[in-house]
Amino acid sequence: MEFPEELKYTEEHEWVLIEDGVATVGITDFAQDALGDVVFVELPEVGTVLEAGKSFGVVESVKAVSDVYAPVSGEVIEINEELPDTPELVNTSPYEDGWMVKIKLADNVELDDLMDADAYQEFVEDEE
Amino acid sequence: MTTLGTSGLILNEKLMFEHSDPGRKGYSLPPLDVPAVTLPAPLVRNEVPGFPELSEVDVVRHFTRLSTWNYGVDSGFYPLGSCTMKYNPKINETVARLPGLAGVHPATPEHLSQGALKLMYELQTALAEISGFSAITLQPAAGAHGELAGMLMIRAWHEALGNPRAKVLIPDTAHGTNPASAALCGYEVVPIASDGVLSAQTVAEHMDGEVAALMVTNPNTLGLFESEIREICDIVHAKGGLVYCDGANLNALMGIARPGDMGIDVMHFNLHKTFATPHGGGGPGSGPVGVTKALTPFLPVPVLTSGESGYRLDYDRPQSIGRLRSFFGNFGIMVRAYAYIRTMGAAGLKHASEMAVLNANYVRARLEGTFHLPYPNRSLHEVVFSDRDLAGDCHTLDLAKRLIDYGYHPPTIYFPLVVKGAIMIEPTETESQETLDEFCEAMLAIAVEARDTPGLLHAAPVRTRIRRLDETAAARKPRLKWEG
Repeated sequence: MEFPEELKYTEEHEWVLIEDGVATVGITDFAQDALGDVVFVELPEVGTVLEAGKSFGVVESVKAVSDVYAPVSGEVIEINEELPDTPELVNTSPYEDGWMVKIKLADNVELDDLMDADAYQEFVEDEE
Repeated sequence: MTTLGTSGLILNEKLMFEHSDPGRKGYSLPPLDVPAVTLPAPLVRNEVPGFPELSEVDVVRHFTRLSTWNYGVDSGFYPLGSCTMKYNPKINETVARLPGLAGVHPATPEHLSQGALKLMYELQTALAEISGFSAITLQPAAGAHGELAGMLMIRAWHEALGNPRAKVLIPDTAHGTNPASAALCGYEVVPIASDGVLSAQTVAEHMDGEVAALMVTNPNTLGLFESEIREICDIVHAKGGLVYCDGANLNALMGIARPGDMGIDVMHFNLHKTFATPHGGGGPGSGPVGVTKALTPFLPVPVLTSGESGYRLDYDRPQSIGRLRSFFGNFGIMVRAYAYIRTMGAAGLKHASEMAVLNANYVRARLEGTFHLPYPNRSLHEVVFSDRDLAGDCHTLDLAKRLIDYGYHPPTIYFPLVVKGAIMIEPTETESQETLDEFCEAMLAIAVEARDTPGLLHAAPVRTRIRRLDETAAARKPRLKWEG
């Protein structure tokens, strides 16, 4: 199971990559493994304003349907157009090709609430 | 070891389109004895593309063969938790086929439909007595439709007081349809964590003046009784909110405890679960809704009443949420539920609840040393295990598929979501101890196989006409159309 050092993590198993005031968001390796084969991904439209902690999309696997929560507040400036047709990218490449949305950060302070890789790994081990 | 599953004379069958042969037909008309006329061109469709041309015997064999691939509660044990696949007594069908009930037209005037209306009125009265509510509407066509009706009434009640409010609280052990029903009525859904049983303190923490309602399922989807429900209702009411109960699991309580007495304001029934009417593909369903006196002005129209001039359909209800269903709901299903209630009687309904709970706990007691029980609280009518202790890299799905080889419909799997690898077993009241023992022996045998010969689980099912399907490919790349 991978926990890339450069990412931040949430308790809802999303990852965030912060670059130049833009947050790229997806679900973690642990999350995709727990869900099983992902068959459908629903993403918000570009321009949607997200609030940290609120659901912004849906991931459906053969086992379950789960909400995906915004780790940070801000406006959606890009979505991964590949996911509707190739949802399996969430399984095969959760941290790269399986990214979901890019959010223009509204508030940098919220980043303090996110976990680093070590803290998230510990969190996941506790959950299991 | 008893194995019900065998591979006997199971016939393959093509699609109807593949049987088609031009000119074959399944009818014979008498010779024409009137002058032939030609229809005006605009009324004539040149071709109906793709319709199969078949003889009568082709059609009969087609559907009869398909029916042999079916598995229903009349074929065997069907422990599909949450869905309550209870046996449907055949007397219900006999009654529903009485010509006066089966043939009644829904547009028949009120004064000529007094018998049908009386049956509906008596069903309403019985449901009100069983549940402890002041009034019942029989209109909703199924459980989720009942939820919609209930939530629309809750919204109408708040609107009449001046503020529809914004939020609905839903614990993680509620039924999956509840959030959708709340959202359809324009509410923001606030999920709340329950730890198996919802605590009054958690509800108090989330409760404020913008919460329109709490939606609970009781007993919840873990098969556990919400033991703090009375206090929870008081907390919600104190802040001006209402409590909706998903009554899908009423089959664990009927005759023993009444949701209306617990402080619930609105509840739907699933006649196709609790009252033994057909379920799934055999439906349709029926989802009557019970409400407290304060909510009766908002009931859907028409409201069926009884008075000196007989049974009447009252449309003059200015605060009603309106009509929810063409005519009066699924009448044929109401007849079956009525027959069930009258056949069972009060003592019989109570006994059914007791047996449903006893059977679930019997299965639990036989399996709990072998299968992991994530919530140790006492179960009611269903019991949820997990696949944690299954050996050999075998998971819930493998167990479910292997059960098919033993001749059992699998239980509900991967639901409720709060249990990882959930295996949700609801035996229902009609199963004998022998049936439960055979099922439990199969479950225990599969646990041994998982340890010693896990390949058997990974390969399962092997005794079926078609082996394990690729569910992922089916969901990712669905083929929804036949192309010849």
